[in-house]
Amino acid sequence: MATEVHMHGRIGESIKRKEDARFIRGKGNYLDDIELPGMLHMAILRSPHAHARVKSVDTAAASAMPGVIAVVTGELMAQHKLAWMPTLSYDTQAVLATDKVRFQGQEVAAVVAETLYQAEDARDAIVVDYDVLPAVTSPDQAKQSGAALIRDDKENQKDNHIYHWESGDKDTTQAAFAKADKVVRLHTFYPRCHPAPLETCGCIADVNGATGKATIYMTSQAPHAIRTVFALVTGLPEQNIRVISPDIGGGFGNKVPVYPGYVVATAASLLIGRPVKWVEDRNENLISTGYARDFHMTGDLAVDKDGKMLALRVHLDSDNGAFFADAQPTKFKAGLFHIVTGSYDIPTAHITADGYYTNKAPGGVAYRCSFRVTEASYMIERLVTNAAIELGIDQAEFRKQNFIRKDQFPYHSATGWVYDSGDYHRAMDVALDQLGYKEMRKDVEARRKKGEVTGIGIASFTEVVGAGHGADFDILGLRMFDSAELRVHPTGKAMLRMGTKSQGQGHETTFAQIVTEELGIPAADVAVEEGDTDTAPYGLGTYASRSTPVAGAATAMVARKLRDKARKIAAHLLEADEADLEWETGRFYVKGSPDKAKTIQEIAFAAYTNLPEGMEAGLEGVHYYDPPNMTYPFGTYAVVVDIDKGTGQVKVRRVVAVDDCGVRINPMIVEGQIHGGLTEGFGIAFMELITFDADGNCIGSNFMDYLLPTAWETPRFELGETVTPSPHHPLGAKGVGESPTVGSPAAYVNAVIDALTPYGVKNIDMPVTSDKVWAALRAAGVNE
Amino acid sequence: MSPNLVGLARKVSMTVNGAPRSGDVEPRVLLVDFLRSNLRLTGTHIGCDTSSCGACTVLIDGEPVKSCTQLAVQVDGRSITTVEGLATAAGLSPMQIGFHEEHGLQCGFCTPGMMLVGTALLERNANPTEDEIRWAISGNICRCTGYMNIVKAIRHAAMLREQSEVVQREKAGVASGGE
Repeated sequence: MATEVHMHGRIGESIKRKEDARFIRGKGNYLDDIELPGMLHMAILRSPHAHARVKSVDTAAASAMPGVIAVVTGELMAQHKLAWMPTLSYDTQAVLATDKVRFQGQEVAAVVAETLYQAEDARDAIVVDYDVLPAVTSPDQAKQSGAALIRDDKENQKDNHIYHWESGDKDTTQAAFAKADKVVRLHTFYPRCHPAPLETCGCIADVNGATGKATIYMTSQAPHAIRTVFALVTGLPEQNIRVISPDIGGGFGNKVPVYPGYVVATAASLLIGRPVKWVEDRNENLISTGYARDFHMTGDLAVDKDGKMLALRVHLDSDNGAFFADAQPTKFKAGLFHIVTGSYDIPTAHITADGYYTNKAPGGVAYRCSFRVTEASYMIERLVTNAAIELGIDQAEFRKQNFIRKDQFPYHSATGWVYDSGDYHRAMDVALDQLGYKEMRKDVEARRKKGEVTGIGIASFTEVVGAGHGADFDILGLRMFDSAELRVHPTGKAMLRMGTKSQGQGHETTFAQIVTEELGIPAADVAVEEGDTDTAPYGLGTYASRSTPVAGAATAMVARKLRDKARKIAAHLLEADEADLEWETGRFYVKGSPDKAKTIQEIAFAAYTNLPEGMEAGLEGVHYYDPPNMTYPFGTYAVVVDIDKGTGQVKVRRVVAVDDCGVRINPMIVEGQIHGGLTEGFGIAFMELITFDADGNCIGSNFMDYLLPTAWETPRFELGETVTPSPHHPLGAKGVGESPTVGSPAAYVNAVIDALTPYGVKNIDMPVTSDKVWAALRAAGVNE
Repeated sequence: MSPNLVGLARKVSMTVNGAPRSGDVEPRVLLVDFLRSNLRLTGTHIGCDTSSCGACTVLIDGEPVKSCTQLAVQVDGRSITTVEGLATAAGLSPMQIGFHEEHGLQCGFCTPGMMLVGTALLERNANPTEDEIRWAISGNICRCTGYMNIVKAIRHAAMLREQSEVVQREKAGVASGGE
């Protein structure tokens, strides 16, 4: 064998991130950092009412103010057939209101001025006359026969119902319930929250009057899909649209949709002939862009007397806001919620979902989640804990008794999923061991005897990520493949471009490492570029933990294509038969003669200088990867909480998180992702809430009301891992970014419910704030 | 485009990252806008407008201040440090190295503010405990990292500073040893 050459940055190495260099110097290039010559600024006027008829919009005073170039109204947009736009769920959404406003914060008009201060001054001078209508603020209200009709703009819409959707088998599920020894029910509300990346959304539209080319810088997680949507909405030819996603300050799903501001800014630039920048402030971000969750769920779990799960039935009402704008694959109205059977071998299930219009912001984005998997995971994991408590079985044992066994994979679930791989028992055992579960249980009992309120929560989630494959998963018809283009330069350095877009996930490092693994070019020599639709191959973008499962796979595949060509060139250089060559990372050598070798760098040089006769020059390629299946990351999280009886304050004492995301490419980055997701899960469980008063006023419209975890509240995390490679991913990887947000909320809440079980408390909806816990303890007669 | 109104502008002068800088601004112009728009120091970010998130943190005479809630005219004559002022000709500061080494950043948007708060903390407390670090950065929100690696990064910087002080003391000791 040849001597192993150390290749810096192969899979499994925690190399430091390449992208850090600019960020730690304050030299990132975020949207708002971009300044174009002659650039104007846009400010949007938003509705103060949740539901009102727009009688008139008076722009005279605003138009006369200093620096104002244009005031854009719904009427003006309508003249260009741009007052409405399609949503990602085949509905329509108002760009600027023409008839009614349907949620507080809806876009009504926009001012374009020389400076942002001038634009905001003039915005405040626009006078809108509203006729206020009653607001509908929940599905329950929306259903009532006398409820105000929100979408009177739609010809056939006679009520506020959007969709009915079902999955699973109603009859077999009913039959199983009829035979059950026990049925455990949980009604729970997963409240509306918001991804709230630290950077808000924005764009700069630069339409060149001479060439007709529209360059749109945008905080977008999916620039290619946005380009196509823009072509369809505006009628501009797609080759004349260039979307550039610069550095993005966090996305978490917030930056997937098309927002009205993007369309208005583009129209304004087109009309004025100068670049127009629009960046939302935090208030605008929280009240108008992609909210998450807002599911009212009722779950029933049928079990037999031995604790075997027999069937699951879930109904949910989805509060979709004023426009059905969920960002999700076409076929699924409630996202991938039907993964709700989770980690359990449940023979039959029936899921029903109804969506309703309300006078709230539209969006329905997956906040660090693969299309409603978070709601599903929360439902089943809360229900399973409640069932264990009601059955008097230890919650870990009850889970293990009903887990899909390792030998059942690939596992066909009752709602039609084919789970690719898993070893749930092992992840549970590792987590319990790491926590010291048995001793911890004894400790909890001892503390309870002393009057303390303490508990342990477990959640054993199964995710479903990495959409497609394309036949089943598309967005507006665009199949959910993804892509990678790899060019190896004559000196052996490389350029990798993908259809995805990092928002902090570290793609520039992780994807370079895949090239290192497959081609032996050191990660430092591989430049990774994403986000420019003029240069990167087409892809569906980064969300739903799909970058590594899809674009990561594409990267491996294109590198392998190049390796095949490299083999031919190496054979030519070594004057050997291809079949006699062996590959080891970074070089081909002749079997039995390890010294007769050519490195990938030598081969790359030859690809441009010394080719076999008849071979096409160069060493580059592109691969579009359509995954054969989703990947199914999983894990077990265990949380210990202590509750102050006097105040209801919950303190998280321990968090053990065992994740199995298959093969880890850069473990440091993976662990960083898990830390972040556990923190957002903590925020969702205990702090984050977008709610509304009876008039539809948004409560939670700034960071003083919408509470995010700081370093002070955030618990310390203890991570563990198991590795069950995905059998169909070329590297065995599964994706990880969202697992902790999907899995952890139920673990946190289950710990609280476990702690409150001696007091008969069965449920507290998130966010589990001190006042709710305090009230529950008071209701149970605790008066300390 | 600088956010000025001609006629109402006032001249402000300050030291920014060690160099004298001045500009004409309306009295209402926020310090963060002055830094970003007039001086084109875009490493200072805007995250919330309500002093809640800390992305706009700069040091004013060494103290962390949220520049979205200061007027440019309020800091006339003061000394400002932004993220662009952390590195010196000698290279990255210990805090910058710490954030890179300990994976203390992901999207990078909160990072300038976090590093400046960490820098100010180490100036007054060279060897902070985990709780002291967490308290110091509790006015700065990070949505990506979960803070554990930020704590490690600041500790890493403390260690580097201590090492370099030890080196300097040793050098000084060698020099004075000749006396």
